[in-house]
Amino acid sequence: MEATQSPGSAPSRRRFLTALWVALGGVAFTELVWIAISFLRPSLRRSSRIEIGAIVSAGPVERFAPGSVTAFRDGKFYLVRLEDGGFLALHRKCTHLGCTVPWIAEEGRFACPCHASAFDLRGDVLNPPAPRALDLFPVRIENGIVKVDVTAPIRRLAFDPSQVVRA
Amino acid sequence: MSESRQSDPNASLIARVWRSVFRGPILPESDRDRKWIVFNTLLLHARPIRVPASTIRYTHTFGLGGMSLLLVLLLMGSGALLMLAYEPSSQGAHDSLASLERDVLFGRLVRSVHYWSANLVVFALCLHVLRVLLTGAFRGPRQFNWIVGLSLLACVLLSNFTGYLLPWDQDSYWAVTIVTGMVEYVPLVGGWLQRVIRSGAEIGTSTILTFYALHTTFVPGALIALMALHFWRVRKAGGVVRPDVPGAGRPETVLFLPNLLIREVAVALTLIACVLALAMVFPAALGEAANPGMSPNPAKAPWYFMGFQELLLHFDPVFAVLVIPVVVAAGLLSLPYLRCEAAREGNWFLSDTGRRTTGVAALLGLVATPAWIVIDEFLIDPAASLPGIPPVLSYGALPFAILLGVVVGFFVFVKRRYGAGDSESIQAVFILLGTVFSILTLIGVWFRGKGMALKWPWNL
Repeated sequence: MEATQSPGSAPSRRRFLTALWVALGGVAFTELVWIAISFLRPSLRRSSRIEIGAIVSAGPVERFAPGSVTAFRDGKFYLVRLEDGGFLALHRKCTHLGCTVPWIAEEGRFACPCHASAFDLRGDVLNPPAPRALDLFPVRIENGIVKVDVTAPIRRLAFDPSQVVRA
Repeated sequence: MSESRQSDPNASLIARVWRSVFRGPILPESDRDRKWIVFNTLLLHARPIRVPASTIRYTHTFGLGGMSLLLVLLLMGSGALLMLAYEPSSQGAHDSLASLERDVLFGRLVRSVHYWSANLVVFALCLHVLRVLLTGAFRGPRQFNWIVGLSLLACVLLSNFTGYLLPWDQDSYWAVTIVTGMVEYVPLVGGWLQRVIRSGAEIGTSTILTFYALHTTFVPGALIALMALHFWRVRKAGGVVRPDVPGAGRPETVLFLPNLLIREVAVALTLIACVLALAMVFPAALGEAANPGMSPNPAKAPWYFMGFQELLLHFDPVFAVLVIPVVVAAGLLSLPYLRCEAAREGNWFLSDTGRRTTGVAALLGLVATPAWIVIDEFLIDPAASLPGIPPVLSYGALPFAILLGVVVGFFVFVKRRYGAGDSESIQAVFILLGTVFSILTLIGVWFRGKGMALKWPWNL
């Protein structure tokens, strides 16, 4: 009887049909996985959409004293004016694990409550475990008004003078 | 036996309906009745009619697997009730639970039962894994069931973690921030993986929805399927592992009903009483609503992930969140497949030598872990003492190599000094690793204060 023959000697039509079934099963499985992943894809979700293109008007340049740090809770950033008058917008998220870093004015540094990372006025790492400087948001100065684009933070390893925006 | 009672044409309607539902004896009067009940009851027929007498002693297994099952059932019951009250959104979540606790009769009790069962089941499962490890019950027909069991543990941890976010208080928000922050350190795919888990760049309503779906549908579904497989394999392996009695022939057996069932019911009722008492005396906390603008100090992961958070303080993130967990998980998964000469199973600690080497391993972990943490915290700074070497080496690969050397050295030491066999030496290594991780967890939970600095628990 043909049905009891070993797979090696099975007729080629039967082998072809078996392979076809396995392939179709594979396609069906891939489709299911694909559907599941497309459900998980974050870009389709609401919360990530509304943030696109958000520009925060921080205020006139003169309002920020050199060497000062101003927190903007809605924009999730600190507007820093360096001693030389340049501006930086620092993301408030610690680069270690994402805790919110408060500015400790008395010590003149950002200190993360989660794992004791610390950053200086320019966002550079003073104390690990944070692996890189605080992220930046792009700053523009239009007609003497400081504007910060909070769409997406920019990663950087360390402070560089080219990151500073001057009036 | 029941045939004649059932087909009595002169019985009343009620009696005939009763007979149609309960086709045999309900209160057994003889062993014959007892066997009939076990064989013909839906829930009981999964159990054997007779069990080896040597396996029903409580201290042979401590009933840990059964306790875990009961806790999962309590979780499903209380969780189903909580679903009636919970609103999965960042605006509604915290309020819905606050109003459940304030306005609903026993609302707080049900939530506390859910909370305590969730914490206790992690604990019970860890002890269950320990029992299986120490009695060598992962060999022969139980090999694959060890893998199924570890998958169950993973499901329970995932379930706990996804549930941790749902109350949306400060603790849950920041614990999930930290744990999903760890994911970012996975090389290449970390950022993508983090966005998928969070369903976006930030933790918000989308994250709650994803976690809620996982917590209430996907993970419980996987749990039910894996539990069925796990219990079926236990039965197919001939029940729990038998204490190894030299020279014994066929084991002496006793009836499952009542000998084992009554022990299981006693454990179950005691456990339910304990959970209720804990839930009443220490109800689940509901802190202030989540505030993404302010991290609490200190911000900690859930206790079952504190071991990893502690590792992060001592290792480069790539090693703390990827290399070490993957190596340990691979070790655990391959455990039943390691070749052993004269493999042993059945007795606690496998043998007298095993008892001694387990003690040595636990003692070493107990002493060396705090010592290493204190030295790393106060005495050495690998990044500063090895300038010019990238931190992933000085702070990751180097300490990891030292750790690996200690483990291998300990394996050789146990074999030489105590003449331990393969089974006992492997057991000792896993006990050492387990002790180290437990101590890391304890230190993370009780000895880390503001800014994760080392503190005494009474100074936190």
